[in-house]
Amino acid sequence: MKAEGRVFKFGDNVDTDVIIPARYLNSSDPAELAEHCMEDIDAEFVKKVKKGDIIVADKNFGCGSSREHAPIAIKAAGVSCVIAETFARIFYRNAINIGLPILECPEASKAIKDGDEVVVDFDSGVITDKTTGEEFKGQPFPEFMQKIIKSEGLINYINSEK
Amino acid sequence: MGMTMTQKILAHGAGLDKVEAGQLIMSKLDLVLGNDITSPVAIKEMGKFNKTSVFDKDKIALVPDHFVPNKDIKSAEHCKCVREFARRNDITNYFEVGEMGIEHALLPEKGLTVPGDVIIGADSHTCTYGALGAFSTGVGSTDMAAGMATGEAWFKVPAAIRFVLKGKPAKWVSGKDIILHIIGMIGVDGALYKSMEFVGDGIQYLSMDDRFTISNMAIEAGGKNGIFPVDDITKEYLKEHTTREWTAYEADEDAVYDEEYVIELDKLKPTVSFPHLPENTHTIDDCGDIAIDQVVIGSCTNGRIADMRTAAEILKGRHIAKGMRCIVIPATQKIYMQAMEEGLLKIFIEAGAVVSTPTCGPCLGGYMGILAEGERCVSTTNRNFVGRMGHIKSEIYLASPAVAAASAIAGKIASPEDI
Repeated sequence: MKAEGRVFKFGDNVDTDVIIPARYLNSSDPAELAEHCMEDIDAEFVKKVKKGDIIVADKNFGCGSSREHAPIAIKAAGVSCVIAETFARIFYRNAINIGLPILECPEASKAIKDGDEVVVDFDSGVITDKTTGEEFKGQPFPEFMQKIIKSEGLINYINSEK
Repeated sequence: MGMTMTQKILAHGAGLDKVEAGQLIMSKLDLVLGNDITSPVAIKEMGKFNKTSVFDKDKIALVPDHFVPNKDIKSAEHCKCVREFARRNDITNYFEVGEMGIEHALLPEKGLTVPGDVIIGADSHTCTYGALGAFSTGVGSTDMAAGMATGEAWFKVPAAIRFVLKGKPAKWVSGKDIILHIIGMIGVDGALYKSMEFVGDGIQYLSMDDRFTISNMAIEAGGKNGIFPVDDITKEYLKEHTTREWTAYEADEDAVYDEEYVIELDKLKPTVSFPHLPENTHTIDDCGDIAIDQVVIGSCTNGRIADMRTAAEILKGRHIAKGMRCIVIPATQKIYMQAMEEGLLKIFIEAGAVVSTPTCGPCLGGYMGILAEGERCVSTTNRNFVGRMGHIKSEIYLASPAVAAASAIAGKIASPEDI
């Protein structure tokens, strides 16, 4: 499984309130949430993002609320993968549970620039910046989480185990 | 190698003699919680299960509190979805408007959270119940759905940071000042993926309400949970609020901590977090002249009876500054009633404040106190992110109820000492 796309670069502590502001949480429809994805940090994001694009951020991405609407909005906006130095723990769980691929890789998060073309190979954990030719090795998931991701989310995983 | 308080509870939940940091476990759950924002997503996910019924109708709590009383049609639809699910599954602990409160103030008050419990909630501030010596942590809606269906959840056993609280805090230094000080010290990701364990002789001076506030904001330091040992103050609270059996877990003498911090409570001052991160802390004497437009006193962080009493002590016989809006939100119906019987609501209203029915409302920019462009608010809530309470160019200053009440009177950020 691979992801390939143009990078949108963000800094430290991108919180769930800017990923999907609470004023839109009266909806739980993925398409509607996607229309407001990242609105309070980059109002143009949803106009610019294309299917397959990749978010790269610094530390503590997704901090704040437990709203699953945050990874749902990102996934429904077409983003294929989020790479960060670190993720806030609830966001990390939620992303895996809904099947949004995420990778912790401090080196990639530092080196990759906004607008770079990047390929992520989830099987090997290798991140390639096609724009600069640099390669990075992402933190592989523990086996348990790989099973959840391969089942495309926690619910399918539990259904398949029982 | 010994275990921390958190590790002992998780070992018990997983049916193991011993666990260590980093281990993946499957634990039984004593309570699964959701609100009106997160439950509808979980209920939709539940529909995808092979198994359609809930694991235990007594161990699920559904508390519509964020946008209730319903703020608009879409919110009303969400609440309806939760209400119908509760009815269909005969959920014992569904709390309708009129009996509800802000979830993290309500559940301990109802005696549903006790020491030794393993609790997940689809709300990040679920970590609040650590104040009672439970393991409790925030999760998303899918985890909530899986928890409701199976009664289990997977966890990575966390490493821990130990906070040794020493000495007695000064009169206007509360649980809020202690946790803001800690977040300022270690940063908003200072406890990422870890437990925050609070111990030391200083905790004897902290009321249950102070402890709830401290555990509540563990997530603001990135923590997985924030836990206190069970002492006489905890036992007194439990005697008054619950009939459930409970187990107190103490950390082993040789438990391993990644870091240890000693906090001298007697040296702390009232503390304020400046925009736009809880870690941007200033002591009250280092805030400068900051004019404000609004004050909010309430939320799962600071809407409890001790918070109401502190605010009333300062507002009594005084009036808020001209042009100021001061919104007071008791966190539960019981707290509202207590505040009424103690004459606190009269004090608030005479001071020029408005008093609202319990709701999370303004804390997350839902309704009941949204900020316009350029406006500033001193708030006893928990987050001051960009746009959290309204316009992306508005500003939130996080503080204790004492500082918030003093600031409402002064019209600018002020110390209770100056009033």
